[in-house]
Amino acid sequence: MNNPKPKTIEIVKRGLARRYRAERRFRRMGLGAILLSLAFLGFLFVSIVGNGYTALLQTELQLEIYFAPQIFADTEVGNADYSRLVKEALYALFPQVTGRSERRSLAGLASSGAAFELRRMVLADRSLIGQRQRLWLPADDDVDMLVKGHLERAGGRLSETQLAWIDQLQAQGQVAKHFNRTFFTAGDSREPELAGIWGAVCGSFYTLLVTLALSFPLGVATAVYLEEFAPRNPWTDLIEVNINNLAAVPSIVFGLLGLAVFLGVFGMPRSAPVVGGLVLALMTLPTIIIASRAALQSVPPSIRDAALGVGASKMQMIMHHVLPLALPGILTGTIIGMARALGETAPLLMIGMVAFIVDIPNSFTDPAAVLPVQIYLWADSPERAFVERTSAATLVLLAFLIVMNGLAVVLRRRFERRW
Amino acid sequence: MLKKTLQWTLAATLIWAGAAAPAGADAARDYVSIVGSSTVYPFSTVVAEQFGKSSAFKTPKIESTGTGGGFKLFCSGVGVAHPDVTNASRRVKISEYDNCAANGVSEIVEVKIGYDGIVIANSKKAPLAKLTRKEIFLALAKQVPDPAGAQKVVANPYKTWKEINPILPAEKIEVLGPPPTSGTRDAFVELVMEHGAESYDWIKALKKSDEKQFKAIAQTVREDGAYIEAGENDNLIVQKLEANPKAMGIFGFSFLDQNADKIQGAEVEGVAPAFEAIADGQYPVSRPLYFYVKKAHVGTIPGIREFLKEFASEKAWGPDGYLADKGLIPMPDAERKQMGADVEQLKTLAKDQLK
Repeated sequence: MNNPKPKTIEIVKRGLARRYRAERRFRRMGLGAILLSLAFLGFLFVSIVGNGYTALLQTELQLEIYFAPQIFADTEVGNADYSRLVKEALYALFPQVTGRSERRSLAGLASSGAAFELRRMVLADRSLIGQRQRLWLPADDDVDMLVKGHLERAGGRLSETQLAWIDQLQAQGQVAKHFNRTFFTAGDSREPELAGIWGAVCGSFYTLLVTLALSFPLGVATAVYLEEFAPRNPWTDLIEVNINNLAAVPSIVFGLLGLAVFLGVFGMPRSAPVVGGLVLALMTLPTIIIASRAALQSVPPSIRDAALGVGASKMQMIMHHVLPLALPGILTGTIIGMARALGETAPLLMIGMVAFIVDIPNSFTDPAAVLPVQIYLWADSPERAFVERTSAATLVLLAFLIVMNGLAVVLRRRFERRW
Repeated sequence: MLKKTLQWTLAATLIWAGAAAPAGADAARDYVSIVGSSTVYPFSTVVAEQFGKSSAFKTPKIESTGTGGGFKLFCSGVGVAHPDVTNASRRVKISEYDNCAANGVSEIVEVKIGYDGIVIANSKKAPLAKLTRKEIFLALAKQVPDPAGAQKVVANPYKTWKEINPILPAEKIEVLGPPPTSGTRDAFVELVMEHGAESYDWIKALKKSDEKQFKAIAQTVREDGAYIEAGENDNLIVQKLEANPKAMGIFGFSFLDQNADKIQGAEVEGVAPAFEAIADGQYPVSRPLYFYVKKAHVGTIPGIREFLKEFASEKAWGPDGYLADKGLIPMPDAERKQMGADVEQLKTLAKDQLK
């Protein structure tokens, strides 16, 4: 009889090629999925950066301003007609322009912010009155868009004469693009060349501070109680199910809650970061509780037993041993929760934080907007120059989110203990 | 040690929370609070910013809640927790007026600020369209009069513009427009669709005899894909028109004005949507814009009277004013003067002035 039954090794060898093929296919599919995600991410970044990088520069006109004393003669320094100073400087550059509508057209090349810039300078230094100075002042947003190449020349936003004037100024070297400091230091504005994200950044800062201050202690304390002290009965199971559900509730529901309870019943000020912070804290709480519980569960029971064994009380065991060891996981969950709260707009809509607010907020009760809200409002504006500013603000928000998530990863790497 | 630290942290947090988050009405609101229409929002915000910069008062805070939402907030009561002004892209309804009165908001000042044109535009790469309101109605209504001539309605059979009028191009009907939540849509339906429907006498007669049927014919927009709801973001519609020269879009005049290098507005009944044509009433698709002020808040909230003065000044709402630069069509001189005088005296709105 010759080999009635094949040996096991023969069977294995026959299937081996197929198994290797399946493994290779699986690895390639995984790699393909990652590459596809990276491609989408790359596309997103390239389009946002492509649209937004020009917002870092602002076109300015070099004008010779004469702070004529007669403008300041019969009026308070703050109320003087500064736009007249800007207009006179422009008229002086093109003395052949005489008609009323032509002059208005010429004056329209400079931004209305130029007058406010001069006002700021004079209020800070009264000795400027009577002097002549060569200053770089912001240009109108249409001129800015033309110089950056976003506006069609033959389109109609700028007249032929205006285009000729701009060409002449460019030839004389009096038109240049400088770093757009206004974008990072000013609050919102209807004029794109005067609009900035600083108001929204301050609003986000105050709101997140309130969110952190409320959700972190409450979340960690809840997780500690549920993990260490709560008995195992149907009530605690119900609580656990509810917490898990709350983590999945759409965020606008928390906004409705905020509107009804915080604004309606408690009468808190509308559009204030404190209310926004409260709403976002409610939203972040389930995330922190779940992450903290997982971190606490990952601490081995041997640590707890050892602590109790050397004579520590239950509170000492939790505070001195379990909590410090679970802290990296808790922090990671908190940072991720904060990063999510930073990007939220919908719950803030209901409590009035989606609003045009020019002044920079100084306290927790001043009306404020947050960065994602600012992006949303600018995306809806018709002015062409807001397109690039929307993308630039998105880049700033993404930068904050990347830094926060990166911090979470770094913390986890550095402090994680593998048992 | 840890216990003491925790106790101190808890005490500090409570004190801080108590100081920073006063429960109870914010009795010291020192800025004007404005809510309302998203169409009036671009104009209201410009005036607010000018006012904030050139006066000692704080810049008013303006939310874009929509006309209906704005009236709901405005009419919920008198007090610092409620808004002072609401913007509206249509006149206040009698039901809203009654709701206001029921909640104690009895003295309301109505201010008309100017007109807004609604345009139907396409990309500059495509030929300029010349349409009548009847043709637009036939292109976009869900039910149209039977093409065979009988006095009944059928489901809209038209797929190309040529089918409606032989002189129009043989292009597929593709119009991007606002969703039903938008005030622009309400205005478009009222000014264009209803007018186009009423060009048929028998439908006009229906308005008196069977209003429900009239509304079904004149106010319902087709849902078979020829009319595409492009969301509230008009910038998006402009971008889509650039990408697709065969489509048309419906939005406010200010968006046409700001993007005049990329899109062109269709002529409606021979009139192109230009500033002067809308101002003197020749362009038929335009509607007045308003805002309403609570007289009870004037004097309590600092700055309301001065804000009204800024809004009603010639340099704001006049023909050479900065609002006109943003696309607002100013009122004729006589009307503007009268409105300015009414605002100065804070003339309140009487119920019988509303339809």
